[in-house]
Amino acid sequence: MATEPMDGGRALIRALEEEGVDVMFGLPGGAILPVYDPIIDSSIRHILVRHEQGAGHMAEGYAHATGRPGVAMVTSGPAATNIVTPLCDAYLDSVPMVVITGQVPYAAIGTDAFQECDTTGITQSITKHNFLVTDAQDIPRTIKEAFHIATTGRPGPVLVDIPKDIVDPTNPRSAMTWEDDVAMDLPGYRPQVDVDPEAIRAAAKLVRDAERPVLYVGGGILKARAAEALRELAELTGIGVVTTLMARGAFPDSHELCLGMPGMHGNYTAVTAMQEADLLVALGARFDDRVTGRLDGFAPDARIVHVDIDPAELGKVRRPDVAVQGDVRVAIEALVAELSDGGTGDVDRSAWKSRISGWQERFPLAYEPWVPGDALKPQYVIEQLRDATPDDTIVASGVGQHQMWASQYWTFDHPYTWINSGGLGTMGFSIPAAIGAKVAHPDRMVWAVDGDGCFQMTAQELVTATVEEIPIKVALLNNSYLGMVRQWQEMFYDERYSEVFLSKEVPDYKMWAESMGCFAMRVDDPDEVDDAIARANEVDDRPVVIDFRVAAAEKVFPMVPSGKTNSELVVPEFQQDQPR
Amino acid sequence: MNVHEPEFRYHTLVVTVENKSGVLARVAGLFARRAFNIESLAVAPTDDEEFSRITVVVDLESAPLDQVVKQLDKLVNVVEIRELHPGHSVERELMIVTVIAEPDTRDEIVEHLDRAGGKVLSLGTDRMMLSLVGPPSRVDDFEDLLRPYGIVELQRTGRVALASLDDALD
Ligand SMILES: Cc1ncc(C[n+]2csc(CCOP(=O)(O)OP(=O)(O)O)c2C)c(N)n1
Ligand SMILES: [Mg+2]
Repeated sequence: MATEPMDGGRALIRALEEEGVDVMFGLPGGAILPVYDPIIDSSIRHILVRHEQGAGHMAEGYAHATGRPGVAMVTSGPAATNIVTPLCDAYLDSVPMVVITGQVPYAAIGTDAFQECDTTGITQSITKHNFLVTDAQDIPRTIKEAFHIATTGRPGPVLVDIPKDIVDPTNPRSAMTWEDDVAMDLPGYRPQVDVDPEAIRAAAKLVRDAERPVLYVGGGILKARAAEALRELAELTGIGVVTTLMARGAFPDSHELCLGMPGMHGNYTAVTAMQEADLLVALGARFDDRVTGRLDGFAPDARIVHVDIDPAELGKVRRPDVAVQGDVRVAIEALVAELSDGGTGDVDRSAWKSRISGWQERFPLAYEPWVPGDALKPQYVIEQLRDATPDDTIVASGVGQHQMWASQYWTFDHPYTWINSGGLGTMGFSIPAAIGAKVAHPDRMVWAVDGDGCFQMTAQELVTATVEEIPIKVALLNNSYLGMVRQWQEMFYDERYSEVFLSKEVPDYKMWAESMGCFAMRVDDPDEVDDAIARANEVDDRPVVIDFRVAAAEKVFPMVPSGKTNSELVVPEFQQDQPR
Repeated sequence: MNVHEPEFRYHTLVVTVENKSGVLARVAGLFARRAFNIESLAVAPTDDEEFSRITVVVDLESAPLDQVVKQLDKLVNVVEIRELHPGHSVERELMIVTVIAEPDTRDEIVEHLDRAGGKVLSLGTDRMMLSLVGPPSRVDDFEDLLRPYGIVELQRTGRVALASLDDALD
């Protein structure tokens, strides 16, 4: 075994290199300073952010786009607290990420030292695991364990907190010996990948016997890289597929078996098919409240097959009739084999299929068409953008109405082309996430679809994008409002608008974007949309921002009002006379 | 693991964890996050000093407990979890107590102590320090017996428990 005397700081960077890290996002400061010195000599590209929240979301965007863990490194105290939001975001959306935080010297921990905060304490419940390393010799093993935990089983964020003294070469506590192939020591960590064949047989039986089955597909499909297997299962059985907000792209929207997105702002067919189903096969999905609506009225007649790698998800919300613990790709492949061998059953599902196509005909996703005098329709902007960009374009969205319109009106035909903050719903996610995705895929087009509220939370990262030459494009759906909240106040608070109007005058987004080095345009009319998008698509040497001035009163439909069951889905006015 | 049905409201979990700093906080945090109260807690290294055993008693319905157990099992530092069935486990607790013992009550107290199987740890002019190891109910009873004499200070350890031998064989 090769060994070499080293200091903790160099060992940390070396350990990251050995994990195959090609890029990391961060911002230095006192406690992490010694680790920033060896970065100069490292093969790892470091992207200097303007706010540590940006570093975290960039790492997430990178991970979403590639499946590889995103890496962020920041200093102690305020920097660590700035990255708390991305950690929680990654935790709720199962994003593999490793965050390294500086910490005050070991002997100073617990003394309220300058820029000390209890980072592992604060992040304990929002990380898959975290480490406080106390000894330089433990750094390489801990990094290896951190990547292993972040990327295996149900992926998630792992934080490694590093006291300054063990990485500072001038401090004797940083002395250590580098060893190749250090062994991990994780006796309590054994994610189960394999599935129980008995459970697969039981699941297959329910599938064969079902009259009204639906494949309910969640983000786990993407994490398990199971899109191919899913398609095989759907085509073998002819069962329709709904893809949740976290799973958009896991099954092609243009496939005839695709029913679209379920949930609070899902389309009528997806929501209703789940609601009327007699079997839901949940694949890497977790029965989130935004999908189920009021739980006691959710899919009342459905039996449940629930496949998840995380045993704590099985039975957490809805008791499954068949629980399959394990990797969802392994499970689907086993199910496909079982159904190929034993047949897919001979239940006549033609009545169910015609009900589905009836819903699709009567309740397509649609909005009130634009008439002269109207403000620009945000949905129209999404449609035009969709049609004017390459098929493999990556779309990263913020949180709010624009997010729902992007998810609804884009056509996702490829996995890993949709990046958003589902579980935490973090405003400001899109710009840094788009930057992370673009760093991972410099040859692909990456569009951020953002709201004006969101934009003001993380726009400063466009400076990062300019300086680091990461030419993302931003479609800002600017309605001058915290639109999603405005919609709730309009519908559920008697149009009493409280603190949701931003401003029609300030900021001047075009000037702001230009000041950050972007190419920027402002669009007010529908007939300018195509031209602006075409110009944006031609720019490849810097970020682009288009300020689309869209209608403020536009609402997202359909909608399941909160506290209601999915049967009480509200459709847009012009569909309300349709027989359900 | 399967959580036992709720004939007994108290559930005793025996959690084997890595013997590292912060592990107890992680375990306790999962209960705290849901505002579940921990009735009793005892922690010490096992025969293998790399691991510690946490005996935790909680007062819960089975359904939320089942979820907490699964989440506990997900903690990277948790190696194993077992729920002990109340009828099939041996539970012990230690109490140390200082009680007022005037010359006229001293003999009576010692009599109670002998019957409970406790020990005198130390004698003062008007007080005694006693200890008792026993099943939690016996420790409760003894505490009740002492109260009229005047308890000066009292400390109980929280329960430790192991599956009974007959249970281990089936
Ligand atoms: C950090 C954060 N704060 C508050 C919220 C609550 N919230 C959800 S959507 C929304 C409005 C977002 O406004 P904007 O970015 O303009 O998007 P729009 O809904 O107008 O498309 C708010 C305030 C949130 N999700 N995240
Ligand atoms: Mg807005």
